[in-house]
Amino acid sequence: MKTFDFSVNGKPVSVALHNEDTPLLDVLRNELGLMGTRFGCGLEQCGCCMVLIDGAPEKCCARPVSIITGKNVTTVEGLGTPDAPHPLQQAFLDEQAGQCGYCLSGILISAKALLAANPSPTRAQIALALDGNICRCGSHNRILRAVEKAAAVMRGA
Amino acid sequence: MNAPSLPGPLNDNPRLDLWVSFPAPGKVVVNTGRVELGQGVLTAMAQVAADELDVAMTRVSVRSGVTDGMPNEGYTAGSQSIQFGGLAMGQACADVRALFIDHAARILACGANELSVRDGAFFRHGAATGHDYWTLAPAIDLSVNASGLARRKASADLRFVGQSSARTDLPAKLFGDDVFIHDMKLAGMKHARVVRQPNKGACIGTIDEAAIRRAAKGAIEFVRSGDFLAIVGDNETAVELAGGASVNHVTWTNVETPTPLQQEANWLVQRPVIDRLLGPPEPSDAQGKQRFEATYTRGYLAHASISPSCGLAQFKDGHLTVWTHCQGVFPLRGALARMLKLDASKITVHHVQGSGCYGHNGADDAAADAAAIAMLMPGTPIRIRWRREEEFIFEPKSPAMLVKVRALVDADGKPSDWTAEIWSGNHNGRPGGGNALLAGYALPDQEPLPQANEVPEAAGGGATRNADPLYDIADKRIIHHMVTETPVRVSALRGLGAMPNVFALECAIDELAERAGVDPVAYRLAITTDMRARAVIEKVAAMANWQANAPGGNGAGRGIAFARYKNRAAYSAVVVELEVDEEIRLRHVWCATDGGLIVNPDGAINQLEGGVIQSASWMLREQVRLDGGTASFDWDTYPVLKFSEVPPIDIALINPTSSDMPLGVGEATAGPTAAAIGNAVSHALGIRLRDLPLTRERIMAALLQE
Repeated sequence: MKTFDFSVNGKPVSVALHNEDTPLLDVLRNELGLMGTRFGCGLEQCGCCMVLIDGAPEKCCARPVSIITGKNVTTVEGLGTPDAPHPLQQAFLDEQAGQCGYCLSGILISAKALLAANPSPTRAQIALALDGNICRCGSHNRILRAVEKAAAVMRGA
Repeated sequence: MNAPSLPGPLNDNPRLDLWVSFPAPGKVVVNTGRVELGQGVLTAMAQVAADELDVAMTRVSVRSGVTDGMPNEGYTAGSQSIQFGGLAMGQACADVRALFIDHAARILACGANELSVRDGAFFRHGAATGHDYWTLAPAIDLSVNASGLARRKASADLRFVGQSSARTDLPAKLFGDDVFIHDMKLAGMKHARVVRQPNKGACIGTIDEAAIRRAAKGAIEFVRSGDFLAIVGDNETAVELAGGASVNHVTWTNVETPTPLQQEANWLVQRPVIDRLLGPPEPSDAQGKQRFEATYTRGYLAHASISPSCGLAQFKDGHLTVWTHCQGVFPLRGALARMLKLDASKITVHHVQGSGCYGHNGADDAAADAAAIAMLMPGTPIRIRWRREEEFIFEPKSPAMLVKVRALVDADGKPSDWTAEIWSGNHNGRPGGGNALLAGYALPDQEPLPQANEVPEAAGGGATRNADPLYDIADKRIIHHMVTETPVRVSALRGLGAMPNVFALECAIDELAERAGVDPVAYRLAITTDMRARAVIEKVAAMANWQANAPGGNGAGRGIAFARYKNRAAYSAVVVELEVDEEIRLRHVWCATDGGLIVNPDGAINQLEGGVIQSASWMLREQVRLDGGTASFDWDTYPVLKFSEVPPIDIALINPTSSDMPLGVGEATAGPTAAAIGNAVSHALGIRLRDLPLTRERIMAALLQE
């Protein structure tokens, strides 16, 4: 057993594991019970498992937990709540941006990272920033509109 | 007076208590046999129920997809949930409301026509009576059959239906809640992966258990019955690693190795087939008319759901409980009963949401895997989640299709005789249709299965879906060659044969228009008397500011296409604008759709948009590759359209608040989008591409041939 210490959504966590190569995604879902980050491929291809690691968007389905030690992880659960939604979550609700919703956790995280780096992205820049996230239902245009809307709200526009 | 006929699903499940109950003051529960697949059906059902019962939508909870105490509506498929299931829900609620009104009238010694309902409370001439659904409910027996006598609301009296309603399932998905089957945890649950039998008939040779255990880096156990081999353990990471490693450490005999040749639709011709002729025989001579013939092909497509399939099961005290994200819990229960030799009454199947499926993906098979393991480990709850590669390789594929269109053309340039000759595998590989679940191929002592039947034309057809043009053509026929053995397992994907058939038919119409020297919009209108068809074509042309006879061939083009889905659901016309050099870039898509009365306009638009994008992805990117096995096994080897490749899309609904019956919209745009892209590429390049997908390689080859 080896212990790994890091923080998730601002709270320190400590996890004891036999396999130090356990992907961060498995730790979030199976050890910490945070099911909002989804498994899509295990190959870092689809973006369902996107989280922020020290603010940078990273796919965590194949990222060993050992390299997360001491870092800060933000998951979709760290964005907002139904009573106090993050502007992105509110904009996605307003635009009804989603169908099955399986990809949305990862897309919200990618969008959050984009808006932190670029508060006024063009639609093309948003699309490019989301190219690492696959949406199979075809809600792309609603999602782009929602991110634009959230950006405007966050700028105070 | 004759009893009115009930809507199909209500006729099949007539007891009203299967549909509606009033479990607690202020609460209404309605049950639907339709399941949430991301299409927003539960929201739409709540709108229908709230209107017919005269209650606020917030009072209505929609339960769905359990094999106990709920209507059996078969599969949630074919854009039929609103067109048929919604009709049944509406009539059931109207009948329930009428029973309550009659009862209240007796208590109040007044006429039923003196009473009205407002948010569940009963009023007489506008004055409160002190009665509501919940006070009256104990006195009313809902275990009676629907009469179908109650009148449905007139469209002018609808408050919720026809208004865009926020999806009830979306908030939980945006806050990362445990909404998906993948997120379910049962006490004492073990994780599992199946060591997948490469193909039907393959047998286990050797198993290097030690190597697999080493790869797992944690405790695992093997569970086996015949050629069904599974890995089970408490730790999902270990089980996943073992599952991945098992591919290289278990050998099989009788392994099939499909070749790249077999991935193309041309391979289907000359295969064993079951032939059918629908319509009059084809004339043997051209009767002095001009002949047209062209061949269009499409390869195998994957559903490529964003999440691999998942299933949970527990066999406890002689009862099997299964959780699945499949499209039909009742048909799955029947197939499980057969596979496990268990009476169906000993099985309960629950639907839990998964990712979008767009048809028959791996969901049923994953549930069967979990059930098979659970039967071998009584008492232990089992959760299986397929690996990504497993989903791509083993989900049933949409069959490759080859469609030959032959037409005889009158002197005025219009077709008078039309033949669609189709080669295709079966689009109905669902477990309820006489097909095996994957585990059933590997388990011992399985009963032989009956020959699976293609979806009958009365239900819209499978390979023949939309092969019959809606245009005014004197003589039409379909020649259907059902290819009985395909190199990959095949089944239903969004629209079944509609996408390849509409692609073929609507490209052929453009080719005929070009021969006749008539603009494609004008040509379609000249051979269409169906007013609703004309309306969507005219509307989309206006939206796109369609310029008749616009010059093409300079790398930028526009195309139009039209279809009425299944020739009985929604009418949809699509215009696509694109650019082509080595690759295709979609610039804009316009779509006009007449789906009759639309329950949730924003929900319908979301579905239509999704259909446009999925079809564009099929056209530009998607084909399952075969090379010694299924060579499309991840998102690199089976790419789909990305955010930066999706064009702006404008959608218009025609008469969405009309009193016309609701028509299914979910699959209406797939065919027209495909053909509009095909026609736009032809317009842009001046050459016709008839083989899909329209990849860079195909475009380059066509340009070089010129």
